[in-house]
Amino acid sequence: MDLLNIIEEIEKVDPEFQDKISPRRAAIKNITSFGSKVAVAAMPFALGSLFKKAYAQQSSSSIVGVLNYALQLEFLEANFYNAGLTSASFAAMKTTLTATELAGLTLIQTDENNHVKFLQTVITSLGGTPVSFTPANFDFTAQGTFPSVYTSSDTWLAVAETFEDTGVRAYKGQATNLIRNKTVLTAALDIHSVEARHASHLRMLRRARMLTAGMSSTAAIRPWITGANDTGIAAVNASYAGEDNVMQGGVNVATGLSAYNTIAGANATTSATQAFDEPLDMQTVVGIVTPFFKK
Amino acid sequence: MEIFTKKSDQLIASPEAGQSQGMQRRQFLRYAGVGTAAVGLFAAEACKKDRNNYKGVYLGSGDVGILNYAYALEQLEAQFYINVVSNSAFATQFSADEQLLITEVRNHEVLHREFFKAALAGNAIPSLNFNFSAINFGTRASVLAAAKAFEDLGVSAYNGAGYLIQNPTYLVLAGKIVSVEARHAAYFRDLISPNTFVGQDVVNVSQNGLEYDKTPQYVLGMASAYITTPINADDLPTS
Repeated sequence: MDLLNIIEEIEKVDPEFQDKISPRRAAIKNITSFGSKVAVAAMPFALGSLFKKAYAQQSSSSIVGVLNYALQLEFLEANFYNAGLTSASFAAMKTTLTATELAGLTLIQTDENNHVKFLQTVITSLGGTPVSFTPANFDFTAQGTFPSVYTSSDTWLAVAETFEDTGVRAYKGQATNLIRNKTVLTAALDIHSVEARHASHLRMLRRARMLTAGMSSTAAIRPWITGANDTGIAAVNASYAGEDNVMQGGVNVATGLSAYNTIAGANATTSATQAFDEPLDMQTVVGIVTPFFKK
Repeated sequence: MEIFTKKSDQLIASPEAGQSQGMQRRQFLRYAGVGTAAVGLFAAEACKKDRNNYKGVYLGSGDVGILNYAYALEQLEAQFYINVVSNSAFATQFSADEQLLITEVRNHEVLHREFFKAALAGNAIPSLNFNFSAINFGTRASVLAAAKAFEDLGVSAYNGAGYLIQNPTYLVLAGKIVSVEARHAAYFRDLISPNTFVGQDVVNVSQNGLEYDKTPQYVLGMASAYITTPINADDLPTS
């Protein structure tokens, strides 16, 4: 399969597709059409103005919308860690965390609070108004779905892990809305990978507990996501729906790449679902996190 | 243990330093060219001359160039883990649980490699050659240090190249892969030392919680300590 041919296939149906997705190429095409008449000396300036035009793809209001969505999720995460690690109402839960676990969770808490501050600053600098939440806005039982979140660190860590995995999917789902935007897309990617590091760490905390409890090495949760919802908690199915996908760019990566199958053998499908994290759209993510916000 | 020590001129004191060092000859000439017409003309000539004289595997331009760049890094990672898992010391240096997870990491990286090869089809660069002699595959510490370095580098590479991708489908695919690399990186870092999954060498912990991204020029410079096939990245997009 030639992934790059997808563009050609689409162009057969939509001749302007290339220009729509790739304004830079359109700009270059325009230049070459009158290129012979333009002095080489003027080229850098011609390029500059054309590129500026071509790159003004996303309106600042649409970028602010994406960033406020991200900020809302970061508020949820930051408040979750702030509450769990410092609020008296979570004291019973906190006593069931080890000192080493607490130290790592505090690092995550710091990152999430920094993400909130960073996004607030960026939104303001773009002329937008950052959304705002206070600790009183949250219900970490998700309206009764996780009643033991105040007392059980098993539950609390499971919710934390789900927030991180969902956050990874949420940022990934917005990448195309920020395409070619050096500053904002890069910042979003730089947060996205940090959320994935958090998720990996939380999953290993839970894995250690599962192994201690006697679960087998192959049954326990991994740092990476296996299939659709490997958390053992049915209530979070929506956060993992589609993670069992093995179709990537039109290729069935579990069965269609022979050199991979030779090496992965019987584990080819399992490893294939792990090897690619899937995006989630805004509507789905909002649906997932809404129960954590008080009405 | 420092993994990228072979090229002393590529070593960096801080993550920020790496960003500026990533601006190499070609970008410099591009900026210089904006200044005056004369410099612009010379710059164009110099670029042309340089490229014609350059020997190496040509990554290409545009999205093909970026995908080949990713393919080169995935080739490096895949071969590294194939060597790790096939080494006789793997069974003694790592616990059964670690063996299970590291074998899965090997599978992921081989799949990433094969996926890019299939996606690029006729545009794919050939298989690269590697020199892993700086890594002692017989010891746990050496293997983990190398795994950490490769994964961290991979994450910074995808993060730094994302905005250069023009096709939304490829951007999402890169996003699907980079978060898995970040999961690997966190795993290896915690294996080496607990609670280093967001170390301040990779994440700006004190200010904004953002991971440090790196330019292709910087990343390829670091990777060239292990990739022995010369790579020509002259036409990778820079904006």
